[in-house]
Amino acid sequence: MTNHWVDIKNTDLVFVMGGNPAEAHPCGFKWVIEAKKHRKAKLIVVDPRFNRTASVADFYAPIRPGSDIAFLSGVINYLLSNDKINHEYVKHYTNASFLIDERFALEDGLFSGYNAEKRTYDKESWKYQFDQDGYAKVDETLQDPNCVFQVMKKHYARYTPDVVAKVTGTPKEAFLTVCEYIAETAAPNKAMTNLYALGWTEHSVGTQNIRSMAIIQQLLGNMGVAGGGINALRGHSNVQGITDMCLYSDALPGYLGAPLDSDVDRKSYLEKRTPKAMRPNQMNFPQNYPKWWTSLMKSWYGKEATPENDFCYDWLPKKDVSYDVLAMFDRMYQGKMTGFVCQGFNPLASVANKKKVGDALAKLKYLVIMDPLVTETSEFWKNHGEVNPADPASIQTEVFRLPVVFFAEEAGTCTNSGRVVRWHWKAVEGPGDSKSDTEIMAHLYQTLKAMYAKDGGAFPDPVLKLSWPYRIVDDPSPEELLMEISGKALADLYDPKDATKLQVKGGDQLASFGFLRDDGSTACGNWIYSGSWSQAGNLTARRDSSDPSGLGQTLNWGFAWPVNRRIIYNRASCDLAGKPWDPSRTVIKWLGDKWGGNDVPDMRPDAKPEEGVMPFIMNPEGVARLFARDLVVDGPLPEHYEPFESPLDTNPMHPKNAKARSNPVSRIFKGDLEVFGTAKDFPYVATTYRLTEHFHFWTQHSKINAILQPEHFVEIGEELAKEKGIAAGDKVKVRSNRGYIKAVAVVTKRIKALDIDGQKVHTIGIPLNSGFTGRTKPGFLTNTLTPAVGDANTHTPEYKAFLVNIEKA
Amino acid sequence: MALQSLDIKQRSATTTPSTQVRQTVEIAKLIDVSTCIGCKACQAACMEWNDVRDEVGSNHGVYDNPMDLTENSWTVMRFTETEQNGKLEWLIRKDGCMHCSDPGCLKACPAPGAIIQYANGIVDFHQENCIGCGYCVTGCPFNVPRISQKDSKAYKCTLCSDRVAVNQAPACAKACPTGAIQFGSKEDMKDYAAKRVGDLKERGFEKAGLYNPEGVGGTHVMYVLHHADQPGLYAGLPENPTISPLVSLWKGFAKPLATLALAGVALGSLFHYVTKGPNEVSKETEDEIEKEDAK
Repeated sequence: MTNHWVDIKNTDLVFVMGGNPAEAHPCGFKWVIEAKKHRKAKLIVVDPRFNRTASVADFYAPIRPGSDIAFLSGVINYLLSNDKINHEYVKHYTNASFLIDERFALEDGLFSGYNAEKRTYDKESWKYQFDQDGYAKVDETLQDPNCVFQVMKKHYARYTPDVVAKVTGTPKEAFLTVCEYIAETAAPNKAMTNLYALGWTEHSVGTQNIRSMAIIQQLLGNMGVAGGGINALRGHSNVQGITDMCLYSDALPGYLGAPLDSDVDRKSYLEKRTPKAMRPNQMNFPQNYPKWWTSLMKSWYGKEATPENDFCYDWLPKKDVSYDVLAMFDRMYQGKMTGFVCQGFNPLASVANKKKVGDALAKLKYLVIMDPLVTETSEFWKNHGEVNPADPASIQTEVFRLPVVFFAEEAGTCTNSGRVVRWHWKAVEGPGDSKSDTEIMAHLYQTLKAMYAKDGGAFPDPVLKLSWPYRIVDDPSPEELLMEISGKALADLYDPKDATKLQVKGGDQLASFGFLRDDGSTACGNWIYSGSWSQAGNLTARRDSSDPSGLGQTLNWGFAWPVNRRIIYNRASCDLAGKPWDPSRTVIKWLGDKWGGNDVPDMRPDAKPEEGVMPFIMNPEGVARLFARDLVVDGPLPEHYEPFESPLDTNPMHPKNAKARSNPVSRIFKGDLEVFGTAKDFPYVATTYRLTEHFHFWTQHSKINAILQPEHFVEIGEELAKEKGIAAGDKVKVRSNRGYIKAVAVVTKRIKALDIDGQKVHTIGIPLNSGFTGRTKPGFLTNTLTPAVGDANTHTPEYKAFLVNIEKA
Repeated sequence: MALQSLDIKQRSATTTPSTQVRQTVEIAKLIDVSTCIGCKACQAACMEWNDVRDEVGSNHGVYDNPMDLTENSWTVMRFTETEQNGKLEWLIRKDGCMHCSDPGCLKACPAPGAIIQYANGIVDFHQENCIGCGYCVTGCPFNVPRISQKDSKAYKCTLCSDRVAVNQAPACAKACPTGAIQFGSKEDMKDYAAKRVGDLKERGFEKAGLYNPEGVGGTHVMYVLHHADQPGLYAGLPENPTISPLVSLWKGFAKPLATLALAGVALGSLFHYVTKGPNEVSKETEDEIEKEDAK
């Protein structure tokens, strides 16, 4: 979230698309209700299903799964062509005025620079035009045909209301009603919040779905303001935390990039990731990247990390190929990965194409499961009848189950969707022999270390010389870990501007990442969490809910990253002169000599408005990118592509170009292409989602949850049910080209067939909460059906739009 | 057994006058259907607080589960899909005891002290006095009480009388994430409802209103409905609930017959007493009959 949960109450319009917060985030949803009750806010929902959120909405519009970009592009076109934008904001706070390379083009659905063989783009032609000083050229009149504003106008003009209706199936009137609601928030004193979740990410165009919304919010001037923002609703209590710590192969903690094979040394690694300002006077905050990275290495390798050895740069793994979850299982499937430590993860149920995952696990030599529950993955080898028809005799994988404690059985932090890091205390001891994940990992590390010390090995240093300063080596405490993550001074730190002034005493905890150095005198395990445990103590444990602002800006409740800032980009909540767009919802403002107010300013505190330091300090441009010149791989502007399994033979935006039917740069593994289904055999669109009564595959183990939702079901519209002779309560079989599931049919008015350019398209809804362990009725895993193709940037699988067929079982 | 912090207004089949010294504020639970998201947290909280569990059932082709009130499920969400003025609506109503001011169950109950109405308005079942006759089921205009197969006693929502007695809101109200279940004095709840109704009217629900039916003297569980003119839309919420005429029959001209029947029971107990020794419950019944006859 750019904003936070409580801030939703400050909005005028809650726009829910790509999520279903009433269903999946019922507790946070209270703030939507607060906004409705106390601000008379409106709630609108765009979704393939009339869902629980829609049940309390002021307006609902249906949409075909996988056509969100067409819808949102239509909204952008509406805003641009009806002049419903915040002009001052767009002109100064976005890259609307920046000039783009003249070679940039979109032709027949493909952007310039496409390489069909490699399925990649060369982004050379997506760049800005630069002047002789190295700054990006701009045209403040926004008239130059190569300026972003004009490029966008041209790009989006194609998405007329009629085209939107044709591609999405949303009735034109409903689409226009949504546009009117959204457009009202272009007024400086109106705000719209967007709530989305996996309904946008789990598509082959997931990143671009969210980009589309980001563009809309920038055009409206809704970023940085109270009641605004782009708000990703995270699906676990601490999934934000795991993302921040970057337990991924392509990142280091705090969203630092993992080194690649091509980054030969520290210098070249840092140079590539430390940008130069692209406009005069901009903060270009990532210029501090070397400080963050060096402090991380000092945290990991302590005294071993020195300027002479490049702070142990050579000890970091260098990424050669993709190691995301789909790639990992593909490698396992090919027999190239033989051991798997599976921690807090139930991949047989969570990863696309259950059969492939099961076959992959069967090729392992060993599988270690660390989980509080008996997961389906831990029983992948066991025959559970039709729902898991495994043959144990043919599977040689040795499976170890290590029971771990639940969150309430250990202390530590959780980071919620709003970036608020909160400490929690152990409530009870874990049962039986359960241990914390940390304790198990520490044991594992100590054992490996002893083995390396005794037997040697190919490359022992990264293991043997890891900094391990914990009091109990076999069980580091959560307190020690958070202090390490937050960071400390390793030597006395003097003010860089005044060498006589001692800033921080050596050994002290740091107050923020502002004190980090790239010379090895500071250590910090994750720069964005810096200051969470300062000399003032554990700030994540604070529980002061006082709110002088009345806006829910409870600055002494836990700790929000970065630097306890609750609304990021909050400089954008003010006009150029530093006056809030809406003084009744002041987040920060220029106080005459500094920035201040109800939040930690996202701006250099003494930057006078006339200096022209723009609000988007993490971009070297200083402004927000309507046009994304670099970070996304599948286009600088979002374009509609069909899901890989679509009821349409062609992309209605580009009917003549087969290459532009689906995302032209999404990765497809061999073997997965072959199991894509076609509309001939699988005529119905399926989409998957959660139910409020369950949390993934955990709560099926809890009796109360099992009572509330005891058995797997699928939802179909009345018309399709009639066509297929299916009545509510009938057992049905749903097939994709990868397998089948059986479940009970819920027949509903809430899913309607949509008219897609004369073709009738039915949608089938499939909750994911089903499994064969636990106390609910044994059920099939929904991911038996889903395809293993993902977003081109994140490789998040396309669980929200694929093809199935249905019949009475 | 009465909780000492709750004064009793009336007991079933009892004529002992109620206490009058303390002034008790009437309470109410307000269920704002227009902000309910059907998450069933209230069902979960009810199970946990009251320590009752139904069996894990099956899906019946709808979101509802358990499908109906039972001796273990004192509240259930009822989901209804309807089209009103050309717009699809998914109405979700939390069903359970309405805690009527004029409780048909209590009126119908022949077992002394099995059903109690507290001065705060809560209607509670005291199972130790319940004889399992099922008259409360007949007496209830909302079809709420359920007789357990296990112990032949009637069960239903207590409005968490044990929590309310110590100034806590009912478990469902505490668990509700959106504030759709509000709890407080009946007056406050009516004021709150008026605001919600005003908001709904502004949003185009012209017939929004409060459900607090007069036919049962008003209720201590009230609803804010978007379509107060059509309560039946909400899974058959009765439009004009009244106590079954059978109950009036029982309390009216048929009473002498009933008294006769009870006298028969008394005679039976006497015989029981003579042959088997004392039996407290029967003694109470006997005293009851004596009192009745003395009038």
